[in-house]
Amino acid sequence: MNEYQTFFAMGGYGAYVWPAYGLTALAFIGMLGWTWASLRARRREEQGLSAAGRARRGRREAKS
Amino acid sequence: MTTARIPLLHRYANPAAFGRLSGQILPWTAGASAILLALGLYFALFSSPPDYQQGESVRIMYVHVPAAIMSEIVYGLMAAAAAAGIIWKHALADLFVKAAAPLGAAFTFLCLVAGSLWGKPMWGAWWVWDARLTSELVLFFLYLGYLALVDAFDDPQRGLRAGAILVLVGVVDLPIIKFSVDWWNTLHQPASLITMSGPKMDKSMLLPLMLMIGAFTTFFITVVLMRLESELLARRIRAWRTAAGDE
Repeated sequence: MNEYQTFFAMGGYGAYVWPAYGLTALAFIGMLGWTWASLRARRREEQGLSAAGRARRGRREAKS
Repeated sequence: MTTARIPLLHRYANPAAFGRLSGQILPWTAGASAILLALGLYFALFSSPPDYQQGESVRIMYVHVPAAIMSEIVYGLMAAAAAAGIIWKHALADLFVKAAAPLGAAFTFLCLVAGSLWGKPMWGAWWVWDARLTSELVLFFLYLGYLALVDAFDDPQRGLRAGAILVLVGVVDLPIIKFSVDWWNTLHQPASLITMSGPKMDKSMLLPLMLMIGAFTTFFITVVLMRLESELLARRIRAWRTAAGDE
């Protein structure tokens, strides 16, 4: 076995060690990605709604 | 009311103000997390020795133990915030509980699965109904229960309040998890990190473990700040929609 194979074999425990690290990577990417996506979407939505809200207030004040 | 008269913490219930504050903290915690994770993974996978009994399988410890610690710290922080939310009625405290819950659930799940992957080669079983494992599984269900409850009400404020009470009731599970290995005969090994006589672990294994715990902690701070801003924005969005609907 070359040194890569030795490393990935993990002394015969590769089938347990790598899934543990793989799942950790997935969990971290999942938490960060999902949070980042929802934060961006909400920032955009809030900007649109606050602009519309300011426009409504402007029209109301112009009428009175 | 002018901003000067709003108490400091309440000022940060405004998503824009909170976003500016967290924008100053985030680069540091995110950078620290990336560096600690890179160093931690290097020492965990390459530059630490195999265990004299467990061989290379001991490397699972470097993700299992940080995940386990986070599962408890996050719940403890949620309980403290839940209490603060009930006592002082502070919006940020209520929303912190909601922002942190999915992260705590993910860490708990990670702890259980990594533990299972470690248990199979070492104990010969994926799962045993041992006190430590069972109390950690109860913690996972507490997180899931909170997540189901917090969104089960039409009024988000009632969901937050009901969830806060659930979190406070469930806090009794934390000492049970911590002391389960002392109170009962468990297959799970007793504490080797936080003991009266300090860590009972060789430096070569303590270093990668501490780096990974640091990486997990700073990662949590980074993501929970983002989630808190996101929850504040969701609240603001609801308020704008209500205002638009009233006209």
